[in-house]
Amino acid sequence: MVGITAFGAYVPRLRLNRQAVYDANKWFAPGLRGQAKGERAMANWDEDSVTMAVEAARDCLNGTDPKSLKNLFFASTTHPFKDRQNAGVIGTALTVEQGLMAADIGGSQKAGTSALIAGLNAAMSGAPTMVTAADKRLARVASAYELQYGDGAAALMLGTDKVIAKLLGSRSVSMDFVDHFRGDESDFDYGWEERWIRDEGYTKIVPPAIKEALGAFGLKAADISHFIMPSLMAAVPKQMAKLAGIPETAVRDLLNANLGDTGTAHALVMLVDALENAKAGDKILVIGFGQGVDIVAFEVTAELGKLGKRMGLSGWLARRKEEKNYLKFLAFNEMLPIEKGMRAEFDKKTALSILWRKRDMIYGLVGGKCRVCGTVQFPKSQVCVNPNCHAMDSQDDYPMAGLEASIMSFTADSLTYSPDPPAYYGMITFPEGGRFMADFTDCDKDQVKVGAKMRMTFRIRDNDTMRGGFKRYFWKAAPA
Amino acid sequence: MAKGIKDKVAILGMGCSKFGERWDSGAEELMLEAFKECVSDSGIDKKQIQAAWFSTAIDEVHVGKSGIPLSTTLRLPNIPVTHVENMCASGTEAFRGACYAVASGAVDFALALGVEKLKDTGYGGLPGGRGAPLQQLWNANGTAPGNFAQLASAYMAAHDVKYDDLKRAIGHVSWKSHQNGAKNPKAHLQKAVEMDTILNAPMIAAPLGLFDCCGVSDGAAAAIVTTPEIAKSLGKHDLISVKALQLAVSNGSESGHNSWDGSYFHTTRIASKRAYEEAGIKNPREEVSMFEVHDCFSVTELVTMEDLHISETGKGWKDVLDGFYDADGKIPCQIDGGLKCFGHPIGASGLRMLYEMYLQLQGRAGSRQLKDPRIGMTHNLGGAPRENVSSVSIIGRLDA
Repeated sequence: MVGITAFGAYVPRLRLNRQAVYDANKWFAPGLRGQAKGERAMANWDEDSVTMAVEAARDCLNGTDPKSLKNLFFASTTHPFKDRQNAGVIGTALTVEQGLMAADIGGSQKAGTSALIAGLNAAMSGAPTMVTAADKRLARVASAYELQYGDGAAALMLGTDKVIAKLLGSRSVSMDFVDHFRGDESDFDYGWEERWIRDEGYTKIVPPAIKEALGAFGLKAADISHFIMPSLMAAVPKQMAKLAGIPETAVRDLLNANLGDTGTAHALVMLVDALENAKAGDKILVIGFGQGVDIVAFEVTAELGKLGKRMGLSGWLARRKEEKNYLKFLAFNEMLPIEKGMRAEFDKKTALSILWRKRDMIYGLVGGKCRVCGTVQFPKSQVCVNPNCHAMDSQDDYPMAGLEASIMSFTADSLTYSPDPPAYYGMITFPEGGRFMADFTDCDKDQVKVGAKMRMTFRIRDNDTMRGGFKRYFWKAAPA
Repeated sequence: MAKGIKDKVAILGMGCSKFGERWDSGAEELMLEAFKECVSDSGIDKKQIQAAWFSTAIDEVHVGKSGIPLSTTLRLPNIPVTHVENMCASGTEAFRGACYAVASGAVDFALALGVEKLKDTGYGGLPGGRGAPLQQLWNANGTAPGNFAQLASAYMAAHDVKYDDLKRAIGHVSWKSHQNGAKNPKAHLQKAVEMDTILNAPMIAAPLGLFDCCGVSDGAAAAIVTTPEIAKSLGKHDLISVKALQLAVSNGSESGHNSWDGSYFHTTRIASKRAYEEAGIKNPREEVSMFEVHDCFSVTELVTMEDLHISETGKGWKDVLDGFYDADGKIPCQIDGGLKCFGHPIGASGLRMLYEMYLQLQGRAGSRQLKDPRIGMTHNLGGAPRENVSSVSIIGRLDA
């Protein structure tokens, strides 16, 4: 029996107030008034699809050792790198490389469900497989997309042991129906008329495919307790359910009110939401639409109740800070030519050879533990840092990303260039040993104090725009 | 056991340029300004100098590397010129090199000259950059004020000092230095500043406001050293001799081992202890007449006065508020105005501090002159509290 063995999600802390966006743009686009409700998740300036997927993957692992992971798929339409494996960055951040098959999947809004199907196929052999999906899509100022999109990620662990939702079957149809596209020369989506998408796209492609799939899986439409179908058109999932004979009560909420549509991650995000609310025996139908349709059906097992507590979608949604500053949203997304000052001009060229040598340290936050005196230290070094030891070549790897740290000293720096000044940073210490001067993120002034508990999070520290956008990733400390 | 440097070297002459935003001058003009005064004060001819030590720190923004910039600018007679860089201790390191050369007997006359031309970058504050290629991948996105501001939070936590008390104490540190700098024609900032202005200034890196930070200036300073015997043979009297030259460098324990609490300078405690020993000083609070310490930021000075074993640990802020370090206090600190008013042309600062000590000890400090000083101590701190070089020098009257 193959299926889902664990789930995780990630939602950035900031939630952009849609009314604030509308208020700024209504002079130009008064027609958006109907959508000026609730809030959408907004990535911090130091987050992208990779960092969000790493967080979702960590949430999914929930402290379990990822070393046995054999397959890692990463679905996104906003992979930070076109050529450099994004899934590989995630793998290295999770400190798993050996024996790992990593692959990026993209190019469509159904990439998330396609990755899920590929992952399930790979996991059938029993190989632990993770599917992550994340999107951070840009939208033009005063567009409906700007209000509809949200940034977020999900991760699912797939396998054959302790399955919480067993696979009942999957079916795909692939056809070049172009409801929207994002060409190689654009940062933004270009969409066709919604009524045409609904009538010629969804209506003609989805219900027949569902009917056929349910037949193949041996399921009745009335048996479906969770119908998951992302769409930017709020009424469409209900219409498709109705056409397929699925009860309206099964149609899952699109999470529009406080998250927004997380792109190709959204089917998986909604699946996590469903799993957080499902009970044994529930049947879940997941639809991924985009140049065809993916249909995946699961049945929840009793194992779900035994799954360890994690942040999950509800936990991350609850960790929230409202953002009413629309200009900040634009600036964070490099859509506002803000005066950054000369301190933003420092060259951010990365020595790739150093990054390769130090990838465990930089991407994995792996420190060292001295075999002679037991001191944990970061970075791992050839001579022990303990002044009473100084043993040579005595350290074993010691992963530190999962450890809680506390603030020893700090400042709020208004001089250094930061996209979100002032820059908070300070010395953090790990109770097991080890410390370093870390950038802080996702924090407010009153959260930064000596002794405050911090959680490590994988973030962008620099973007080398001189060389086409090489993101420098490292770990930062955020309030626990 | 080595006997140390005490009284083996005398200062024959010193010079110091006007410090400030020297839009009129490059590093070369500043070097010559300091050197002309220095060589004239020494009474010897340029050709008699047998070796030179040349200090700069951020040479990317002004002179570049090697000893060539000094040799070329001064047209030195093809003598050995060594370029030294040890962050904010660079100037003192040049002086140490020159003194050791004389003390060893290798040369009779050695020159130490430090310069920094900072004001050609187009922006305020110290020239930036993110450090070595590996550091760029993980060091916090910090600045000098932000790194030193860390001291404040850790100091308050370690000694249970209230924010307002600390803020007033570090404010007083700057207030006192501005009072002193107002009397110094070579200082960059020659203006007394009201306490309210200091306390209400915009934040640079919390809790350090604008007036908690030293200026950013251009400047140069120089010294020519020889042995006391040679100085006497040249007819010099009231000789000022070197009593101690110490340097302590972090080895990573503060930044990497949890034994340090972030509230003090581990290296300064070590360097100052060694310096007192080298100089034969038993009770520094009674024996040292004056200090020029590294007040890059007000909180640095406050903590340093504890680490130099003058104020009790955790009580330095009270000494500061009591006026202990004021011009009319028990031990004046930054009688020339300090980095606060001179700014910090990094390669020059250590020598600039020694210049003031030298003037004071010879009774040549004009309106700033202290009454009968006998021992002066300088201190430089380069880097950040968690990882630094700390240099401590003691000079005094040869008969002291």
